[in-house]
Amino acid sequence: MKMPGASGGARNPWYGRIGFALVALGFLVLAPATLSDFGLNLFTKYLCYAIIAVGIGLAWGQGGMLSLGQGVFFGLGGYAMGMYLKLQAAGPGKVPDFMSWSGVEKLPLLWKPFQYAWIALPAVVVVPMAVAAGLGAMVFRRRVRGAYFAILTQALAAAFVILLIGEQGYTGGTNGLTNFSQAFGLDLADPTNQRMFYFITAGVLGAMFLLARQLMASRYGRLLVAVRDGEERVRFLGYNPTVIKVIAFSISAGMAGLAGALFVPVVGIISPALLGIVPSIEMVILVALGGRSSLVGPVIGALAVNYAKTSLSNRFPSGWLYLEGLLFVVVIGFAPMGLAGLVGYGRSALDRLRGSPGASPADEAKRLEDEVVPA
Amino acid sequence: MLRVEGVESGYGRTTVLFGVSMEVPDDALVCVMGRNGVGKTTLIKTMMGVIKASRGRITLDGRDITDMRSYQRVRAGLAYVPQGRASFPSLSVRENLQVVIETSPHGVAAGQAALDEALDLFPKLRKLLGRQAGFLSGGEAQQLAIARALVTRPRLLLLDEPTEGIQPSVIIEIENAIAHLNATNGLAIVLVEQYMEFALRLAQRYVVLDAGRVVAEGATEGLANESVRKLLAV
Repeated sequence: MKMPGASGGARNPWYGRIGFALVALGFLVLAPATLSDFGLNLFTKYLCYAIIAVGIGLAWGQGGMLSLGQGVFFGLGGYAMGMYLKLQAAGPGKVPDFMSWSGVEKLPLLWKPFQYAWIALPAVVVVPMAVAAGLGAMVFRRRVRGAYFAILTQALAAAFVILLIGEQGYTGGTNGLTNFSQAFGLDLADPTNQRMFYFITAGVLGAMFLLARQLMASRYGRLLVAVRDGEERVRFLGYNPTVIKVIAFSISAGMAGLAGALFVPVVGIISPALLGIVPSIEMVILVALGGRSSLVGPVIGALAVNYAKTSLSNRFPSGWLYLEGLLFVVVIGFAPMGLAGLVGYGRSALDRLRGSPGASPADEAKRLEDEVVPA
Repeated sequence: MLRVEGVESGYGRTTVLFGVSMEVPDDALVCVMGRNGVGKTTLIKTMMGVIKASRGRITLDGRDITDMRSYQRVRAGLAYVPQGRASFPSLSVRENLQVVIETSPHGVAAGQAALDEALDLFPKLRKLLGRQAGFLSGGEAQQLAIARALVTRPRLLLLDEPTEGIQPSVIIEIENAIAHLNATNGLAIVLVEQYMEFALRLAQRYVVLDAGRVVAEGATEGLANESVRKLLAV
């Protein structure tokens, strides 16, 4: 099976640039011009998931690290932003409303730094990255990978949710942090402000996509793919794979944190229900359906699946989960490279029809058969 | 150059090597031989730091490398081509080689020069630079694996069964390349090999393992000795 890798970039780079410009134009002009205020706000939420998906695409698709706990990093970014907004809404020297209801009258020490934007805003990225770096350094060094790593991250998501729910007085418990009416002095119900958050989110998605693409085009990208292909072999070339993996995992966590921070003013809530095991698995499903073989696939997956979820779950409230599960099974079983992979298959088929000089799989098999001595 | 002194190692609680000692002189090609399961690959992996030695000492040019990790040993001058001609299948042949050059501890220019030398040694790879490594034949992949190890500019190359499952014409190409590296470039090589004729043609010295212990060693002429050959019989 052909896996994604840096060698996939042999096509004319202008195709990619023009494609990116067209999509950016669609996001920045077409979507705001055609969608209603409600539709645009919903689309902004999808873009937040697309940012998470780009990060998962980088860590899992390119680096082979399947994290089933990405919701934790999404939550850390979301809660960091939520804490700041809650304290802004409460006013100086006061505690957020849910704390008063739980009998907490004094601002907890953990909350104090989040009174300041200059701490809270960097924290939405730095905290998830630091947690991922610490976890990654511990587990990758011990060569924990594959299913074991996936289970470990899933356990982390479960533990995080339990902690959030258990510490109701400090975290808002099951309800999470809600009732955001203002952010940075802006009325969140005002369509103009919602439109502005849309442009910010679209801009961040574009920047994260370009960052991931730039990373994959660099020598670091080749090393990351090499680590995925054969971690042990990378050691024999004089590199420490732990460092390479920690970098990708942390960047992916940073992207999830950033998405969480944008999600809060857009959707108006951050709660354990949005970042536990099930949401974390759904985040991976977005990438699997869109295709982890490229960085475009996760974005396509996030937008398509979220759109389908919104449309179908309204009409068939209990049917969507079954359909999502079915889609996942079909993609893994019959199109493991996802929607983006289907485009790749189509392109290869077109190349063959045009009589491209590239060898066909049949030619390749024949050549290998001729050259390899049977075992 | 490389000294292995009283090394014990194995997998988990199972000890495979029992007090193995051997030496690889400068510029020498030493072949490690023995039947299946006697510990040849374990020995080479222990030299490389893939398996930790529970006892004994390994030194490279007098420097103790026993506790170094694999990637640190590469920086110290070791290179390792494991069994199974491992490449990075998703990367092209060019990228498989570039991965090494771009952060070469000797600098990019030195890495590029080493890459050019490696491609001169295996000219077939030049024609395959744009091909995805996962689509190489066994012989091509083995040549790529050796070329990639050479780009790290090693002082000692560890080769684990480079002829395994490869057709005779390609074995000759690999043999010529190994001979050139050792005779012309003065690269010290440890070769784990079961194909005795191949080893005889290349090596100056041999070490025979049996049940995790060194049971015979010496100059390759000694391999003609009937008692030594018995140790290698399947």
